[in-house]
Amino acid sequence: MTDRGEVKVRIGPQHPALKEPESFLISVRGEKITASTVKLGYNHRGIEKAMEERTYIQDLYLVERICGICSHSHSSCFVQAVEEIAQLAVPKRALYIRTLIGELERIHSHLLWLGVAGHEIGFDTLLMYTWRDREVVMDTLASLTGNRVNYGINTIGGVRRDLTPEKIEATLKAADILEERTKYYIDVAKEDSTLIGRLSNVGRLTHDQAVKFGTVGPTARASNVNEDVRRDDPYFAYPEVTFDVIVDKHEDVYGRTLVRVGELMQSYQIIRQILKNLPEGPITVKAPRRIPAGEAVSRYEAPRGEDMHFVKSDGTDKPERVKVRAPTLANVQAVSQMLQDGYLADLPIVVAAIDPCFSCTDRLIALRGTESGTMDWDTVRRRGIEWHRKKGLDFSLVNRRFEERVERSSKARLG
Amino acid sequence: MAFVQLLLFPGLAFLFVMGLAAEFVDRKLYARFQNRVGPPWFQPAADFVKLLSKENLIPDAADRPIFGLMPILAFASAVTAYFYVPTLRSNALFSFDGDLIVVLYFLTIPTLTFFLAGWYSRSAFSMIGAIRSMIQLFAYEVPLFLCLLAAALLADTWSVSGVASFYANHPPLILINLPGFAVSLMALLGKLEKVPFDIPEAETEIVAGSFTEYGGKSLAFFKAAINVEMVVAASLLAAIFLPFGFFANPILSAVVYIAKVFFIVFLIALARSVAARLRLDQMVVVCWKIFGTVSFGQIVLNLLVKGWVPR
Repeated sequence: MTDRGEVKVRIGPQHPALKEPESFLISVRGEKITASTVKLGYNHRGIEKAMEERTYIQDLYLVERICGICSHSHSSCFVQAVEEIAQLAVPKRALYIRTLIGELERIHSHLLWLGVAGHEIGFDTLLMYTWRDREVVMDTLASLTGNRVNYGINTIGGVRRDLTPEKIEATLKAADILEERTKYYIDVAKEDSTLIGRLSNVGRLTHDQAVKFGTVGPTARASNVNEDVRRDDPYFAYPEVTFDVIVDKHEDVYGRTLVRVGELMQSYQIIRQILKNLPEGPITVKAPRRIPAGEAVSRYEAPRGEDMHFVKSDGTDKPERVKVRAPTLANVQAVSQMLQDGYLADLPIVVAAIDPCFSCTDRLIALRGTESGTMDWDTVRRRGIEWHRKKGLDFSLVNRRFEERVERSSKARLG
Repeated sequence: MAFVQLLLFPGLAFLFVMGLAAEFVDRKLYARFQNRVGPPWFQPAADFVKLLSKENLIPDAADRPIFGLMPILAFASAVTAYFYVPTLRSNALFSFDGDLIVVLYFLTIPTLTFFLAGWYSRSAFSMIGAIRSMIQLFAYEVPLFLCLLAAALLADTWSVSGVASFYANHPPLILINLPGFAVSLMALLGKLEKVPFDIPEAETEIVAGSFTEYGGKSLAFFKAAINVEMVVAASLLAAIFLPFGFFANPILSAVVYIAKVFFIVFLIALARSVAARLRLDQMVVVCWKIFGTVSFGQIVLNLLVKGWVPR
């Protein structure tokens, strides 16, 4: 505690509100947040580098694992770029199936978000209800693709599984059930006074700020930024379906909630149109193993916002460079602004409201011109111990006690 | 005889079992409202035993005596309050004029122990939780006290047993206190730190608030204290706002009494499954502006009615 009555609270890297390790250093005076620092970097997995060392087909499976929730988004975005470089004419039926899976994924992601948001504001009943209903869409996805997450449906030049009339029937039925339930959630969002009280005027981000920080997806649309890649730069089957882009003027977390439940309703519309107009024909074209040299940028409206992939090929069967710009990377910059002058109690919901996916976002940053080199394990360990000791954390006593205890118990066991 | 009563019925042993039962009813109903299966009936007892078997860790920075003492104190004060609350008959085990105030103070002590426990845990989350407990105390305590005292005003006695007997003899007057009952019930959610007033232990914000550093036996006693407090407070509300069904047959009375307690637990479970957690500032506003107004209105109403009631 400093003498000005400010308390520094470190939320994370391990904290019940956080689904992934990241760290927020918050200064609070009473309940008010006076300053906040967002620290990322606990989840770097080196996927971009790993993709350069694998073939395009292997990359498809790796790219799906960037995110556990918008896995289809990343694989679609990647495959779209590769197909553009290879100039493949993907069959229409395949594009429709990709769109269908993409919209089902959006439903699953938005229902999941609604539950998480409920949990963050202590409304666990909402969590239990939405996650129960989410099972419907998860089961549908499992029956269409074989998996609940990481669907593995995309391949370069098409999709890997076809739809049967029975599956179409079941999907339509699931959409009906979900639409019914979603109407109920819209009623809850519009009428429940504690929910409105907790979400309104929280995490404010004005239209100008949303543009300035370059936010994407529901976060931007809730700040009255009218943008949606599905409409602005249509891909797959989107040019042939009609839907509304949900935009909201609340500019706060409540607006973000309304945008997401509104988008759920649009997704059901899109699914019905897709299944009604599903063209006949093959689901894949033969793709070359070596992709000709070239580069492409691909945009895709993931549930969390615009996803962008850059792929550069050099004529071999492995990409030369893959760059992923996950939607969270665009949105996370705005979090500090949203937290400004807010309450500590609102921190979890403000962070959750951008629907963050931190492991998609973590990047390695190398600082040029600073000391760098390699260290062996013992040196790293010694440095770590020294660093913590300087901060006042000394584990040597605990370690000694532990060793003594181990020794005693092993002696007791032997004797 | 009194010693046996203190220890068995309606004393410690009964209260403890009742606390576990109330926790079970609360959790089960909460789960069913949320479309979940919920825990088996022995889960609260199993949790208690499991916690007892765990190592009792005390952080180096914490104040050892206070850290260990607070759970016991919370438990003891909640249990003590019970002896002044009528259960089967309209008379409590002990009573004197003014014991209503004593019961309310005994029921406040657990919250004070939460504050001290959190404060002396010396971790950021605990301290914020402790401060929040204290602020919340000032918010809900006023309407709760006012509503209970309004009922006592009409009965013209400051003893819980006296209030219960008065209303048992004048059943229509129970209806007068219904707004007070509603407000006390909501204030009770604040006292028990349950949604929508679980601000001091908001899991997604400050881990477990005051209890962040607690584990093992100490935590077991804190949990037991909260359960016991729930039963005692429910019994108190039942005695004051639902004073009927005191039969000569003790078994029949016991059934009615347990039903009344579980009914209040049911209302608590209902409230916490339909609401989101409020923010501290919103909670204070709700308690002072809405609950405070209603409880003042209750006092005025009871004073007016008092002039008309034949003595």
